[in-house]
Amino acid sequence: MRVTRINQKESAVKTEAKVDLKLLEPLIKKYKSKKGNLIPLLQGTQNLFGYIPPEAMMMLSRETGLKISDMYGVATFYAQFRLNPVGKHIIKVCHGTACHVQNAKVVTEDLQNFLEVKDGETTPDNIFTLETVACLGCCSLAPVMMIGDETYGKLNGKKAVEVIKEIKRKETLNQKKSLTENISKN
Amino acid sequence: MAQTKVIVGLGSCGIAAGAGKVYEELQRIKEADNLDFELKKTSCIGMCFKEPLVEIIDETGSYLYGEVDSKKADEIIEKHIVNFTPVKEYIVKSDTTDTKFDSYFEGQVKIALRNCGYIDPENIEEYEARGGYQAIKKIAGEKIGVQEVIKSILDSGLRGRGGGGFPTGLKWKFANNNRSKEKYLICNADEGDPGAFMDRSVLEGDPHSVLEGMIIGAYAIGASDGVIYCRAEYPLAIKRLNIAIGQAREKGYLGKDILGIEGFDFDLYIKEGAGAFVCGEETALIASVEGERGMPRKRPPFPAVSGLWRKPTNINNVETYANIPWIITNGAKEYAKYGTEKSKGTKVFALTGKIKNGGLVEVPMGITIKDIIYKLGGGIIDDKKFKAVQLGGPSGGCIPEYLSHTIVDYDSVNATGAIMGSGGMVVMDETTCMVDIARFFLEFTCKESCGKCTFCRVGTKRMLEILTRITEGEGREGDIEKLEELAYQIKDGSLCGLGQTAPNPVLTTIKYFRDEYEAHIRDKKCPALNCKKLLTYEIIEDKCTGCMVCKRGCPTKAISGEKKMPHFIDQSLCIKCGDCFSKCKFDSIKIY
Repeated sequence: MRVTRINQKESAVKTEAKVDLKLLEPLIKKYKSKKGNLIPLLQGTQNLFGYIPPEAMMMLSRETGLKISDMYGVATFYAQFRLNPVGKHIIKVCHGTACHVQNAKVVTEDLQNFLEVKDGETTPDNIFTLETVACLGCCSLAPVMMIGDETYGKLNGKKAVEVIKEIKRKETLNQKKSLTENISKN
Repeated sequence: MAQTKVIVGLGSCGIAAGAGKVYEELQRIKEADNLDFELKKTSCIGMCFKEPLVEIIDETGSYLYGEVDSKKADEIIEKHIVNFTPVKEYIVKSDTTDTKFDSYFEGQVKIALRNCGYIDPENIEEYEARGGYQAIKKIAGEKIGVQEVIKSILDSGLRGRGGGGFPTGLKWKFANNNRSKEKYLICNADEGDPGAFMDRSVLEGDPHSVLEGMIIGAYAIGASDGVIYCRAEYPLAIKRLNIAIGQAREKGYLGKDILGIEGFDFDLYIKEGAGAFVCGEETALIASVEGERGMPRKRPPFPAVSGLWRKPTNINNVETYANIPWIITNGAKEYAKYGTEKSKGTKVFALTGKIKNGGLVEVPMGITIKDIIYKLGGGIIDDKKFKAVQLGGPSGGCIPEYLSHTIVDYDSVNATGAIMGSGGMVVMDETTCMVDIARFFLEFTCKESCGKCTFCRVGTKRMLEILTRITEGEGREGDIEKLEELAYQIKDGSLCGLGQTAPNPVLTTIKYFRDEYEAHIRDKKCPALNCKKLLTYEIIEDKCTGCMVCKRGCPTKAISGEKKMPHFIDQSLCIKCGDCFSKCKFDSIKIY
């Protein structure tokens, strides 16, 4: 109802790595007996895996006695929680009021065209996830987008695509580098 | 001789504009050239349109430099620090000379933002040096009783700055009246209004003022546990709050028998919100702190009677708490000097949109909207025509240009159909389509509706469908009336503030800009030339040189014409992407 989630493309879901449930243990220990622990548990899980994997939710339920239905209800209620893995870089395009009147729509459209994904989707190479968010609070720099901790202001479609291209270039370089390193190691 | 200080503004917006790199550069030069100045950090001074900002304070005065990048930083250090000659062209504010931005600060009265941009928010001593924690010390030292504190806040006339405008003193009184041993005090820092960022700025720039306000609040109502419910989207605010809480504990402002007041124990923790606009509503916020879906419930019982974990709970907003220490230190009378009869004190506004000087301004209640926009804000970008200002975010409304003499206080703003809200002020010019703005807000509230009340859940969706249709040229006669009917039903049929106010953006735009709705519906035209599907692109024959650039770029091959001959757009094929318009070098494409 309140948050429309667009299903991930098949390819994005398939490549998910195996979830190491051991990582959850300290989190469970910390929050197990605290009241009001559901949201912090989910937030902690997401911090570990980047999303909330179903097996993690089941383990939390087993260990803490919280009901899966409650957890799922909360996880789908709040915009923060993701139930699918995301790309390495999450592009958050601000669609707050100030950004809206300064044409944030065009930024999203141009990014969608360039990355060939829709809002909420991840690119097949798992490098980018494109998201629309409400106000990032940098209204005087509108329109803005945020990638990781970096905020880019006073954008237009072209500038936004340039930023993405630059990141992509670096990523490809890194990949090549690690590939050659691997080869030389072997 | 006092050492020269170089202070970099490192709020979220400053960092976004590149202040972090400027700081690194300054640090590098300082070490490389072994220069004698103290490099310091502060937060946002509110002058967002000139970020990144660097202030230099030497024995001759203070100089604030705007739009500083690494290169400019080198130049400023070279000229100002090494050669003692301030770089005039970059100065945006100084106590030694006038600048063209002085009007931005004239007329501002900084109470809630009194320390923002002046202190290092991660250093408790700097807060104390500017009068911080004096209010709680005064209470402890002069043995001011609980009732007296509440009376001070009542007399000051302070009303809730989160949007509701309920008298803070009265809220405290209700919470105090309850004899329960266990009580909670919550700070609502779940600022979710798109277009408002004053709470973030206060938390990042002066977290201790909020803590001190909460400590005083806890003393007044008798709470021993506090929660700051802060948006997870504000990582810097959370980081600085955590630092501040640690420091306050160390210094004994939090803990047991605070400042020797016997039996006054208070401590607090931060609860990260998970992203739901509805959690700004008190009962939804409480549900969220309890780890549940943030859905509002029926009131009464009010939180002052039964709130968090069914105990009496008092909730105030960030800006409200930031005002409290100032009121206690300076007295209720001093505070009530500012403002109008029913709205006392000052209010922080986030001035954004099509405005030249966008940023945070704190003004006394009673100033006119026009003065804020033209005197402080410097007018509209590119000197376009000012059309309307949106106040109060998704719960507010649009106030048209001809009502810009309206003064800002709770009642005057309410009379226009908008609300004060948390203080987002988005300025719109002639290129903003009011139907599209209404649709934008409805899209937001429709997404953010928690789904509990049918009218809010389904009604906003239906309204959004109608508005979308209108902006796409499918509007029908009777749509405006249908929107109004739905709007009043949603207002009446919803439990919480979100639903009750969700239709405001639509109702105010219909009230003041009905002709725009009619133009969309009847003439299938968007007067602001914003709604894509209602635009017509046409080539002006006399101007077209036949360069073929537009023809080559057209994705649907809608443009035809021979080389060096005027081209033509086939309207049946045109998808209104605007590609030809942006590529034409001869201004020969008109849009209407």
